[in-house]
Amino acid sequence: MNRRELLKMVAAATGAAMIGGEFLLSGCKGNSDAAPVAFTEENIAFLDEVAETIIPQTNTAGAKAAGVGRFMTVMVNDCYTKDDQEIFHKGLNILDDQCNKMHNVGFMKATPEQRKQLLIAVDKETKDYIKKKADAENVQDQKEKQGQERNTNDFKKQTLPNHYFQQLKQLAIFGYFTSEKGRTEALRYTPVPGKYVGVIDYKKGDKAFAGLT
Amino acid sequence: MANNTYDAIVVGSGISGGWAAKELTEKGLKVLMLERGHHIEHVKDYVESNKPSWEYPHRGGRTQKMIDEYPVLKRDYPLNERNLSFWAVDKDSPYVEKKPFGWFRGYHTGGRSLMWGRQSYRLSDLDFEANVKDGIAVDWPIRYKDIAPWYDYAETFAGISGSKEGLPQLPDGQFLPPMDMNIVEQTVAGRIKEHYNNKRTMIIGRTANLTQTIPGRPTICQFRNICSNGCPFGGYFSTQSSTLPAANATGNLTLRTFSIVTEIIYDKDTKKATGVKVLDARTNEALEFNSKIVFLCASTFNSTAILMRSATDIWPDGLGSSSGELGHNVMDHHLKLGASGDMEGFEDKYYSGFRPNGIYIPRFRNLPGDEKRSYLRGFGYQGSASRQGWSRQVAELNIGADLKEALEEPGQWTMGLGGFGEMLPYHDNKISLSKDVKDKWNIPVLEFDVEFKENEKDMRKDIVADAVEMLEAAGVKNVKGYDSGCEPGWGIHEMGTARMGRDPKTSVLNSNNQVWDCQNVFVTDGSFMTSASCVNPSLTYMAMTARAADFAVKELKKGNI
Repeated sequence: MNRRELLKMVAAATGAAMIGGEFLLSGCKGNSDAAPVAFTEENIAFLDEVAETIIPQTNTAGAKAAGVGRFMTVMVNDCYTKDDQEIFHKGLNILDDQCNKMHNVGFMKATPEQRKQLLIAVDKETKDYIKKKADAENVQDQKEKQGQERNTNDFKKQTLPNHYFQQLKQLAIFGYFTSEKGRTEALRYTPVPGKYVGVIDYKKGDKAFAGLT
Repeated sequence: MANNTYDAIVVGSGISGGWAAKELTEKGLKVLMLERGHHIEHVKDYVESNKPSWEYPHRGGRTQKMIDEYPVLKRDYPLNERNLSFWAVDKDSPYVEKKPFGWFRGYHTGGRSLMWGRQSYRLSDLDFEANVKDGIAVDWPIRYKDIAPWYDYAETFAGISGSKEGLPQLPDGQFLPPMDMNIVEQTVAGRIKEHYNNKRTMIIGRTANLTQTIPGRPTICQFRNICSNGCPFGGYFSTQSSTLPAANATGNLTLRTFSIVTEIIYDKDTKKATGVKVLDARTNEALEFNSKIVFLCASTFNSTAILMRSATDIWPDGLGSSSGELGHNVMDHHLKLGASGDMEGFEDKYYSGFRPNGIYIPRFRNLPGDEKRSYLRGFGYQGSASRQGWSRQVAELNIGADLKEALEEPGQWTMGLGGFGEMLPYHDNKISLSKDVKDKWNIPVLEFDVEFKENEKDMRKDIVADAVEMLEAAGVKNVKGYDSGCEPGWGIHEMGTARMGRDPKTSVLNSNNQVWDCQNVFVTDGSFMTSASCVNPSLTYMAMTARAADFAVKELKKGNI
């Protein structure tokens, strides 16, 4: 990763930063005392199905075939803070409960259509929550700007916890589009382009290019 | 000890050290190049250079364990899974921060020439005359005409791609063909030019990536944009791809790795250096090497630290300290601010390849004849336009096949600008040797007492506001300015601490990079910078190193040193 890539990610200015902050920045305190809760094979199967609902098999491979469930567990164990790990683990049960409430059946037994319906509802709830969280943080930022001298770290920002489904969705998309299947099937994988052409024609349906990174 | 005697010793193997080794060996000197870290062999040791994302367990990111183990690297992009082995290990490279300073180092053959950003710009007389015109610090002892032929020389050998623009504040050079701008960059460049009546210009970045083959470099850049993992094609300038092979070809070079230079050996009778003391980083064995001249290219701060540890029986604060300026006037560039937004339309255009370069907006503030701002000096921007990738948020498509199919295609165009601002040389921004903290080789570590001051803070307001204004003037929508805050050091453009000048009472080096107090010692890394300019500095180190090497060999032949 170089400075320009970093700029590009800042420029992307997505609604919510990547949880774990792995690719962007600094400032976050590590929690090495986090003893990872072990994921079971059942958990991985569950995560595969959640990811497959978000990124299903179409004419290209889906998230399950790309091994996204197992990838999620690696990221949560190694890259998440202890707080985010707890949210993630609890989230698996919450999602299953939500499925029972909506469809009278657990997530693993639900049909693909029921799963999709559930996740659409949870996704909407998550977006509302992220907005609420961002608004609260903006208020905090304003206070910080008014009350804080530069270069002091006394001001402890109070933030709302992350939403479990934001974690699941981010990891599903990230895991899929950085996987071998995702890059070579869903994107136009060109590890050694050999040249750069600044202007080419594009027509709807052409896939995005993907390189080694 | 005859086998420990050379014509010249070069301390450091990065951009400056590589150039010193090349120039001195090509002029017939027997050269010993000392590198404190391990060896990295060109191509063979670039173990991450062909690795796709999915072969990284965390797909290139950082783990909590890495964050704990790298309290310095974690502050910015260097902490990542891809090229972590190229960055100096925090726990083995301690330093003391009286005020926050991020020091990101590369301790291995090639130094940071392997990971550098490759942006290559010339300073101009706007920079060389700045101190004397502003009454700040001391005057540069050189002017653009003194360095111009050496820029030509450095660019021709390094291979810099770029466009000729005829801008006085950013002189043209010996360029390989420029890389393309994409459609939105072309559009924004045209609109900025028109809106500001040619007073502001957006050009393609000038970068040390080959767009044409040059002698000794048979393969051009392959547009993979993972340069900082090492390039198996030798597509960009590094010590390994360029200066080291040239130096090796002369048969005059000896490279010794794991060699920490603890001090320069100074002979008070002749007032000359006779060589250097070295600590073997693996065995702790103490060694001495002798030479007629010494080139310090150990990187800004480390070269100064070596001077501070040398000849302390004569000067308590070290060789070159008689002016009281050794260790002072630390500079960097300040950054992490700018603006970005969305460009509507252009959906029928795209680009192919991954360009290891962006656009550049040269300095336009405080130019001669313009209104004076509330601060001195100026800033430039790097940036780019691109179509969003799969990490974008697709608001209306929540879940499932529609979302996936949308993310398989490139998204809307976005355009971003990031500022690089000049930092003034302040005497009280300084480094010194710690009295109580030592590293694992029992060498006193450096203490940093450096901060940005009002001039930088004032300038930052313009950097954000001007970026917002220019993007909006160019038709970019939803433009958001940002200032994420910056610590000195984050620019990874460390400069100063052994500045050049015209007077030995107020500077450490003369106009030929010679230490005033010891004229067979030359310092040609960023330590010599008298002011910082706002452009990326490495090309200037290349040119000044070649110039100093030419001078040194001539002086040696004349018997003057």
